[in-house]
Order: sequence, then structure tokens, then C-alpha cells
Amino acid sequence: MYKYDQYDQAMVDARVEEFRDQTRRRLAGELTEDQFKPLRLMNGLYLQLHAYMLRVAIPYGTLNSEQMKMLGHIARKYDRGYGHFTTRQNIQYNWIKLEDAPDILADLATVEMHAIQTSGNCIRNISSDQFAGAAADEIADPRPWAELLRQWSSFHPEFSYLPRKFKIAVIASDEDRAAMRLHDIGIQLIHNDTGELGAKFFVGGGMGRTPMIGPEIRDFVPADELIHYAEACLRVYNRYGRRDNKYKARIKILVHELGTEEYTRQVEEEFAHMKTLGLNPPLAELARITEFFHDPAYDTRASDELDLTDPDFRIWVEQNTHPHKQAGYAIANISLKPTGGIPGDASADQIDLMADLAKQYSFDELRVTHAQNIVLPHVKKSDLYALWQKLDEAGLAPPNLDLISDMIACPGLDYCSLANARSIPVAQKIGERFADIGRQKELGELKLKISGCINACGHHHAGHIGILGVDRKGVENYQLSLGGSGAEDVSLAKITGPGFDEDGIVDAVEKVTDVYLRDRTDGERFVDTYRRIGMAPFKEALYG
Amino acid sequence: MNLLTGNDLKTGDVIWWAGHENWSLHVADAADAGDKGETILAREEEARRVNASYIVAAEMTDKGPMPLHIKERVRASGPTVRSDLAINTDISIVNV
Repeated sequence: MYKYDQYDQAMVDARVEEFRDQTRRRLAGELTEDQFKPLRLMNGLYLQLHAYMLRVAIPYGTLNSEQMKMLGHIARKYDRGYGHFTTRQNIQYNWIKLEDAPDILADLATVEMHAIQTSGNCIRNISSDQFAGAAADEIADPRPWAELLRQWSSFHPEFSYLPRKFKIAVIASDEDRAAMRLHDIGIQLIHNDTGELGAKFFVGGGMGRTPMIGPEIRDFVPADELIHYAEACLRVYNRYGRRDNKYKARIKILVHELGTEEYTRQVEEEFAHMKTLGLNPPLAELARITEFFHDPAYDTRASDELDLTDPDFRIWVEQNTHPHKQAGYAIANISLKPTGGIPGDASADQIDLMADLAKQYSFDELRVTHAQNIVLPHVKKSDLYALWQKLDEAGLAPPNLDLISDMIACPGLDYCSLANARSIPVAQKIGERFADIGRQKELGELKLKISGCINACGHHHAGHIGILGVDRKGVENYQLSLGGSGAEDVSLAKITGPGFDEDGIVDAVEKVTDVYLRDRTDGERFVDTYRRIGMAPFKEALYG
Repeated sequence: MNLLTGNDLKTGDVIWWAGHENWSLHVADAADAGDKGETILAREEEARRVNASYIVAAEMTDKGPMPLHIKERVRASGPTVRSDLAINTDISIVNV
């Protein structure tokens, strides 16, 4: 993992003290809320439906046990004993007191963490593949690149006041586990025809009220020109992105309105200019960062043998582990989606336990996924049974990864001041309706995603089944959509028709799964069947 | 009737104007601000007894004053999915 150097630590420490003084001035009445609001938002502190909410950055979703322990400590000492892992691979605390916020940031700084750029119209936390550095199918570890982008984008003076927020994802495999094409900039590491490592750029993707899939604008950017190219993409956006209308201010609107060809032409023109400035960090800097991400000391004699005689363990292994690049090891996924639970929530005790288990079984490493789960990336297969037993005792072993109950759900109207409808109760009811794991496995891979408003934090546009909560004359109503995907087969879901009430949407989900079970052919996932047979049979089942 | 709400500056807690210079965690204590809401809020914000305040349309029910809009009822009750964290568990979230 990356370790802060003196500059990183000095910047974060200075920001803590700056915010401490700003908070003191606000509490003393020297600053009005209008003056203070942009300052607190720059430090991830929102005022939400019930209280202040603090969003803490977890760069590219990677953290160590000490950092995870700190997240548990904050939940216990400053919040109400739990945290909420988000679709941006971050964590949010829902019950923060303003007077505690500087102390929380100071505590975070002791473990090289902060909440900077988790809000505002700036470049947000860089996201990446939660299996980075461990996946058997990656061509390189994307984390050094993500870290390079993190350093470049942190406090970047030119990009601190963009037209709107800006999200970047980096992956290094054909399988997209990070919804890369639905980011403002999506970067896929690739080898070119001569074997040189570089990156493919996609620009202008996003969800929200105007979902778009990012088109490819460059098929290969050499490694030593990556920052220049990203900077060129941002410069064109910063210059021409709309600031007159926040609903049209994201880069996807600019790319769409200019057209991909014209936007790309302008980026290439800016890129040519950037190259004359010589600002790109030398490859030596990428090499320095890469040193922090070397493989852990694997046991090269570790066995691939697994005793699967315990049927519950076998189900968990089948569903929640993923192939590792190192023989004898597996990637273990910890589902934060128990039946009837709140997707992404973990108690302080559970956070502590996951930290301890990472230290004991996964070379001190954890990952947060955009699907609101936790990953132990490097677990020896011979340790999986002991790990599973400890997770199971703590309610952390639902064997449901990528099944219908492994839902993404935003906080919705239970916590979020932007929401129009509650998401969590719908997720709970669907989870309870499909609680039987045998039934879930029969349905196979099924990505169900729920948002409580058009801002789409719950990724409903990218759900095989998507649910959007709306306010219809003061009553919660839920629109159903089908056929989306945030993976390498990226697509945007289409609305089925009129919406449903809270109980009706649960019935509707069951009806569309019944159509799938009736009409699927061998090996088809739900989304495959939808793509083959189209919307009509589903509409017929829903609306008759 | 019009209720006045906002957040406690230090704690962030949702609070309801209960008359004069008083604020309460409980919507049942809320007072009708009538058409004086903006004047009262300007005074209370200035005194830092409330933060991010605004006026909420409400009606009187058998449980006391109740906001008309679901969002404000959720604010008044606390998260509907964590009864252990709720402030007022007897509030009906569905439309009254």
C-alpha cells in the first residue's frame, strides 16, 4: 500500500488545523452558514436529513487494518456505532457533531486518511477495481496509476472549481468491476500491439438524471503521457463545461453536445499543447509509487485443495470467493447484505473484526467495493474455513455475492436530504422476499440497484433490475427499469412503465424474475434473457 | 399551520421551534409560527440557536403538530429503518 511522504502528511495535517480554526469561527459566530458551508463541504462534512454527515475518502477503495480500525473507532466514539460504505468506495457517518469534526479529521490524519475532495465541484476519490493487485485477469495493478492520479488531483489549483463534480475510475482487466464506463473519465490499462503498457480513455459517462455511457476517445495513451492526457480532458471541460445550469454541467453533457469527435479534437489539440509544457510526472515517479504496491510475501507452497464437506461453507466459497492470481490463494468477499439488513452498513464491532481478520488472513489489506461490500484480497485457501467461521459468527457471511439480495441501495429518504423516497425499506423487503439462498442461486447473477432520487447514487440505471424512488404528489412511488449493466457489457436500463407503491414494487420484482425463469435458456443470466426477448414479456407480466 | 425547523449548530440535531427562544427535538412541542416565520428565523439564526432553518407546512393531528410532507415527517421521526435511533417512533411516515 502507498505510504504518505512528508508532503502528503504535511498537507493533510495543515488542512486539519485550518478546518479546526474555521469550525471554531463558525461556532463563535464569526462565520455565517453561507460562509462556512463551502469550507465544511471541502472537508466532506454535509448537513443531511438528521444531522451532519461526514464522508471519508478511501482512495481506490484500498485500506489497511489500522485504517479500518480507525473507521471503527470513529463509528464508536463520534457516531452511533456504525458506518455506511458507499458506492464510491468511501464510508459515511450519519450522526456527526460539528464540534467533533476537527478531532475526527485529526484522528483520520494519524492513519493517513482524510475527507478532502469527497464533496464539491472537484475531482473526487479515484475509484478502481476492488480486486486490483489480486485478480487473475488483470494485465497490471491499476492502483499505482490510481495513486498517481490521486496525487495529481489533490488540491489541483486549476480543477478545484470545476463546473461540477468529477469522477475517475481506473481498471486493468477486460472484466469491468468498477462501472468504469459510467464515470466522467474511465481509464482502462491495456497493452498496445508492441506490448507497451498504456491506457484507453473513455470520457463522458455518468448516471444521475441524464445517464450516459462514456465513449472511447483515445485507444492508447502511453504511460508517460497519462497525466497530460487526463489534464487535457479536464481543461477542455473546465473551459467549456456549462456553469449556468447545474443539471447540464457534467462533462457528459459537454461531450454529448459537442459530439465525441469534436470533443476529442479539442482534447488532442490541448494535449499537443500540454506536451510542450513538460509537466507530466516522469515515469520514475510512477515507478516510485509502484514500489508501494508490490505483491505480499505469498506462500508459494500454498495448496489449492479445499475441504468443502461443510455445505454452508461450500455455498459461501462458491458464491463469495474469486480466483486469485497466486496459486493457493483466493479473493474473499464479505457481503454487507444480510437478509433484512441495510446495504453497506457495518457496526463498529464488525468493522473492527474485519480489520483483525485482514491482519490475520489477508496481509493486512482490505478493499471497499462500489457494490458496498468488503474484500479481503489475499486469503490462503487453507485459511478460508477459519475465516468463514469467524465471519459467520459476526453476521458477515451471507453467501449472496452478485445475487438478487446483494443489492446496491443509496441511503434514500431515511438519511439523505436530496432523496424523494426511501430506498432501504424496499431493499429490506426484497431481501426478505428472496431470502431463500437456493432460490437466489436459481436466479443466478442478478444486479438489483435502488436509488431514492434521480441523482442515482444507487446506480439504478446500471441495474439488471433498477428501482428509482420518486415523489408522486407527496407519496413514495417506485419506477422499475430493466436491462442495465455497469460491467463490461455496459448498458442503461429502460423503464418498464408506470411505477408501483412500496409493496407493489416488491411484487413487481418477483414478477419479472418469474418471466426470466420461464423464458430463459441454458446459461442465460437475467440480463441476457431481457436482451434476447425484449421488454414486452416483462410488461405483459407487470401490467397485463 | 407553519412550523419552523432547522438543525442545532453544534450537534446537527433536527430541532423544532417551540415558541419564544425555545427549540425542541420533538415535533410535538412545535409551535405555530403563523406568518411570522421568516422574522423569527432571522432572529434565531442570528443568535445561533438554529442552523439551516426553514418553514414547514403542517397540520394539527391527535398526536400534535405534524408536517405535511413525507420528508419532514422522516426528519421528525428519525430513520424509519433504525427504530433504535428514532426520536419519535410514533410518527406515521405515510400520508396523513
